[in-house]
Amino acid sequence: MTDYILRVSGLTKRFGGLTAVDNVSFDVPAGEVFALIGPNGAGKTTLFNCVTGVYKPTLGTVTFLDRDLTGSPPHRAAKAGIARTFQNIRLFEYMSALDNVRLGHHCRMKSHLWDSLLKTPRERHEERDITDHSMELLDLVGLSHQAENYARNLAYGQQRRLEIARALATSPKLLLLDEPAAGFTPQEKVELMELVQTILKRGITVFLIEHDMKVVMQASHRIAVLDHGEKIAEGTPGEVRGNQRVIEAYLGKSA
Amino acid sequence: MTATRDYVRAHIRDPNAIAYTVMFLAAVLFPITVQFATNGNGDYLVGLAADGGVYMLMAIGLNVVVGFAGLLDLGYAAFFAIGSYTYAILASAHLGATPFGHDVHIPFWLLLFIAMFVAAGAGVLLGAPTLRLRGDYLAIVTLGFGEIVPQVFSNGGVWTGGVPGISALDAPKLPFWIQGPWVNEPLGFTPEQFRFTSANLTAYYVLMVILIIGVVILVNNLQHSRLGRAWMAVREDESAAAACGVNTVSVKLLAFSIGAATSGFAGAFYGAKLSYVSSENFGFIVSVTVLAMVVLGGMGNIPGAMIGAIVLYFILFQFLPNAPAQFEGLATSLGLDSLNHSTAVWPGLGEEVSRMKYVIFGLVLVGIMLLRPQGLLPSQVRKQELTHPGHHELAQRAK
Repeated sequence: MTDYILRVSGLTKRFGGLTAVDNVSFDVPAGEVFALIGPNGAGKTTLFNCVTGVYKPTLGTVTFLDRDLTGSPPHRAAKAGIARTFQNIRLFEYMSALDNVRLGHHCRMKSHLWDSLLKTPRERHEERDITDHSMELLDLVGLSHQAENYARNLAYGQQRRLEIARALATSPKLLLLDEPAAGFTPQEKVELMELVQTILKRGITVFLIEHDMKVVMQASHRIAVLDHGEKIAEGTPGEVRGNQRVIEAYLGKSA
Repeated sequence: MTATRDYVRAHIRDPNAIAYTVMFLAAVLFPITVQFATNGNGDYLVGLAADGGVYMLMAIGLNVVVGFAGLLDLGYAAFFAIGSYTYAILASAHLGATPFGHDVHIPFWLLLFIAMFVAAGAGVLLGAPTLRLRGDYLAIVTLGFGEIVPQVFSNGGVWTGGVPGISALDAPKLPFWIQGPWVNEPLGFTPEQFRFTSANLTAYYVLMVILIIGVVILVNNLQHSRLGRAWMAVREDESAAAACGVNTVSVKLLAFSIGAATSGFAGAFYGAKLSYVSSENFGFIVSVTVLAMVVLGGMGNIPGAMIGAIVLYFILFQFLPNAPAQFEGLATSLGLDSLNHSTAVWPGLGEEVSRMKYVIFGLVLVGIMLLRPQGLLPSQVRKQELTHPGHHELAQRAK
């Protein structure tokens, strides 16, 4: 029997008259890479936003580790163990790379207002620990030499990797990556796939949206396909590749 | 010894360290210098500096709200009023004249903290429903709050003393006080309980310096903690901060109530020193002045806000009131005495300058902001934001 870390059932999100996500259900198995693909405007990011609590779903439920997370705010989702990156990179531009990653630890930290005000030993100790851990994560994504630089001064690829490090800092069990390979060179894509494997080895399930088919087909164990808000296919990369509806969605119906 | 030397070496070029050192030395030397320069008659100036300290405390507190967390608060004086009135009601004979029927005289040292918590509580009450708002909407709500609170106090009837306010408040008491040549007395202790009087403003000054040092240490700790980082993140990108597990509403609420607490703290001191509170003293102009101090000094940087407070306070309460006389003197010494006499079309130089007071003030503000848009002593971040080209500029340059 497979363990499912995330179960989405009957999820619907409407914006006024527009149905962005329409009755979508799928289960993400723990410890694997699950990919969500589909043409532009298919509702992939909206679905991500529903899972992480940015949007409240109109209908349906999101269950994470057997806990109902439907409609709980983003910081709750992060605390429960769901971390994410954004399609258009959203770093804290005027904070150093190190501070970006340190901030990611926020929801796992235990010092209270009192500790911060008085700089208690507990606070100092915790700060030291998360700084060490942040450096470790920066090292993991190959950015330890940039620790003191402002996030805005990093190169594009570095910013994407910094976002992943920041997400990892929340000690997630599930990592949502929204188009992590967008704008990457082939070499960077190879490095990204290696990074995904490393993350997987740490026991973190990866759930990604990606347009680059080569990355998707190589990296993921299971794929779900969205088109116009509906799920049109789900299966192993091999199954999805041969699916008639998927081919139609991407290439259009032949006359 | 080497540790000290290393510390000094590491911070010798840090503008904040320099600013703190200079301000501390100035604070210590100021009363002594003033008293010797005026032959012991400088109490007025020392008291003025203590009042300036009230503004400095408020600037430090507002800097947490505006500078750290990026929340525009236009009604900051409301919390100042709440702190002052808390002190006034609980440390005077006022409650005896109300239906409550008994005088309440809680000691100053305790009330300082009670006022702080009352103001922080008011901050939470105002913040909880409104901090979901972003940007300009929050500014409008706080503006409204800042108008409502003084109105409530001036219409509070017998409980708040109405328009005339509450007077004859208790003065702080200590078992003894150090006296010295700066008050024309030999060095020694005064083992009496009266040293905080209007005749000895140095006591208030020293107390204010101690309060400011304490608040600066605490706020500085906060800035470099988990909470300070979360404030910065919320200021930069609220949604991203939430996705990283920051409860943005509670973090903003904390900034708001810590700012309010500092203001309440300052309010209690203000009430005690003046021995009198009236709702007239807490108008919109106070909120705006404190905000101008923070922006002018350097948003998001504690010593910046402090320097902003010193500069603006000096301009508003020392330079401008004395400007007419100064200008008249200058005209006389230049042999242009005729300028000082009023005619049918010319009111005389002194009168003219006095009428132009706020024009001069405005010009000074505009001038400083033009010359140093990032503030007198900016935080590193502000400096970057204002000197680095934005994405659009970079993109255009690339073309």
